[in-house]
Amino acid sequence: MLSQIRPAIVATLFFTLLLGVGYPLLVTGIGQLAFPAQAGGSLIRDARGQVIGSALIAQNFAQPKYLHPRPSAAGSDGYDASGSSGSNLGPLNPDLAMRVAKDAAGLAGEGLGPIPADALTTSGSGLDPDISPVNARRQAARVARARGLAPGEVERVIAANTTQPWLGVFGQPRVNVLKANLALDAATPAAQPRSP
Amino acid sequence: MNGSGWAEIALTIGLTVALGWPLGLYLGRVWAGERTWLDTVLGPVERGLYAACGVKPEKGQTWLAYAMSFLAFSIASFVVLYLILRFQDRLPLNPQGFPGLSPDLAFNTAVSFVSNTNWQSYVPETTVSTFSQMAGLTSHNFLSAAAGMALAAAVARAFAGNRSESLGDFWVDLTRISLYVLAPISLVVATAYMALGEPQSLLAHVTARTVEGARQTIALYPTASQEAIKQLGTNGGGIFNANSAHPFENPNAITNLIEIVSMNALSFGCVVAFGRIVLARKEARALVAVMTILLAAGASAIYAAEAQPAPALAAVHADASVNMEGKEVRFGAPSTAVWAAATTGASDGGVNGMHDSFMPLGGGVAMFLIQLGEIIPGGVGSGLYGMVVMALIAVFVAGLMVGRTPEYLGKKVEAREIKLAMLAVLILPLSILGFTAAALVLPVALGGLLNHGPHGLSEILYAYSSATGNNGSAFAGLTANTPWYNTTLGIAMLLGRFAYAIPVLAIAGSLAAKPKLGATTGTFPTDGPLFVGLLIGVILIMGGLQFFPALALGPIVEHFQVLHAVAAL
Repeated sequence: MLSQIRPAIVATLFFTLLLGVGYPLLVTGIGQLAFPAQAGGSLIRDARGQVIGSALIAQNFAQPKYLHPRPSAAGSDGYDASGSSGSNLGPLNPDLAMRVAKDAAGLAGEGLGPIPADALTTSGSGLDPDISPVNARRQAARVARARGLAPGEVERVIAANTTQPWLGVFGQPRVNVLKANLALDAATPAAQPRSP
Repeated sequence: MNGSGWAEIALTIGLTVALGWPLGLYLGRVWAGERTWLDTVLGPVERGLYAACGVKPEKGQTWLAYAMSFLAFSIASFVVLYLILRFQDRLPLNPQGFPGLSPDLAFNTAVSFVSNTNWQSYVPETTVSTFSQMAGLTSHNFLSAAAGMALAAAVARAFAGNRSESLGDFWVDLTRISLYVLAPISLVVATAYMALGEPQSLLAHVTARTVEGARQTIALYPTASQEAIKQLGTNGGGIFNANSAHPFENPNAITNLIEIVSMNALSFGCVVAFGRIVLARKEARALVAVMTILLAAGASAIYAAEAQPAPALAAVHADASVNMEGKEVRFGAPSTAVWAAATTGASDGGVNGMHDSFMPLGGGVAMFLIQLGEIIPGGVGSGLYGMVVMALIAVFVAGLMVGRTPEYLGKKVEAREIKLAMLAVLILPLSILGFTAAALVLPVALGGLLNHGPHGLSEILYAYSSATGNNGSAFAGLTANTPWYNTTLGIAMLLGRFAYAIPVLAIAGSLAAKPKLGATTGTFPTDGPLFVGLLIGVILIMGGLQFFPALALGPIVEHFQVLHAVAAL
């Protein structure tokens, strides 16, 4: 055993430096040079350069003129991007049934057809930036009304911000909520009332 | 369930197995000490390290020396990681200003990463500094994986050798696997991850003022570099709390595919490399077939379960065709199901959806895949040696039926090997069921439950299955960051890693010393469908019989409760 002490210490320290410091810093360097936007967190800035969010991270939208994201279990109020979390509620947990029933009551009259599952469920991360296209279209009438836009115009923005499954097979179709809402703001003439 | 979902599952598993083949051929060259194209650059580094360590590469080690090296390295790794975590407040690169971890949490986390479990009792975004993530966790993602693959190389040499004492040299295996396999592949994959959207930042966070005017603090880490080795080394410890459900760790369908494929491909590669070293390509193919069949069955079962009507959604007449609680829209049921099977079959433990919110049978199948012993295809290295242990038991069972001394790959399997194999295999029920039973009667343990009833039992059973199997995924509603869970789960992880690996090395030593026999007409063939069927049977019966009573009281009871609840609507 004694003869193993030297290699154990030397190897641990060597690899900690090489793989724990050298490797991540090398990748960071490659990121800064080749992919600065992604490496920085896919941040979106407004006209003044102020960060308004990340394209990959859900933020809350509650106003009727915006598409609403999925409910979130991240942090105490949801959408906490430094406290990612799912609800971890089991399928028969009474808290889940109560939460879903309460949310469903609020969404019942909003559009036609059954409420999509993603509108009533929290995601694994609590930061899901997407909603399903069905969920987005179900909100289109409300958004159009609040903006004074034609419903077809809102549908067009949703379609433009929909990503299809990769190669038609991998993943699910989805609408990025933040990007779609920014596109909606851009498509709404400034003279129109921006909130009801 | 739809055709596109089934196609996604089939293509994902098919791609994984297909990629395992070239990876395995390359890995075999590295195990055998042959030159690779990286030799010009890394050869001097390799030789310099041997000199600094005082290692003589040609000398070789007995199984006992090999095991002692493995233990010494694991202890040194544990100590360094424990100190980094405890004293991260006095170390550089702590822009978050986090204090050191508590002793029980640092113990649990250090054991977790050294044993290739990567169970997360901690919430990274509020606990772990950038330095601890890099120097502490990222590096051990490499090293625990390399140590597991080193052991697999030793087991391969045991079957290849003829009356041999040596299993190779642990330090050489560790070094070559880290330098020639894990580091270069991780560098390429990490670069791809950044191109596809994953962050890689030394900043702690950025603060956004959202469109509706709220303040949002977005945590950042060097994500891509850790994500690459997290999956490649079947580690699974997320740099964020939500693991690969977090959009920074897994932003889209392409990263998701790479992450699933890379968490299983090297484990399949270990089997291919084994076949190459032992000159038993057909037998290796049979092991790959067993792994693939069970993996595909597991993924299909989880997909089917997650498409059952979820009671909470059905109750409000919403679309209940997919149980979306805990799942991301970009993945949906098929991507989440195939990931769940791959991660629990592989001792990875990363998740892209929350297993605690799965339908009862979805979570139950995930748990069952862990309990089968993490061999389909299992952790890198550990999956291979676990499967070889099962194969030894299978030929033993076959030998009992025909009354002949069993052989596997030209080595006689005798009482000593079977005793050691059973010793290793029985660690699982001892630790999983023993600790679960203890937790179920202790108020301090029950206080950690989020869900109650049968699902509460599942949360505890899953935790000890995950820790003992060195998996690391969780029914995360369980609050595990308490002295009770941190300590007992830490012990379970140690048992699952070391009380399994040491008997396996002893088997390897015993087999290596035996003469290599040629196949005769009396040899039970271990390369055909008959053996594949027998091995699957042994795996399922060992797993099933040991854990079925516990599963019956957890996920299976809950499944009938769900059926009842939906029928009553």
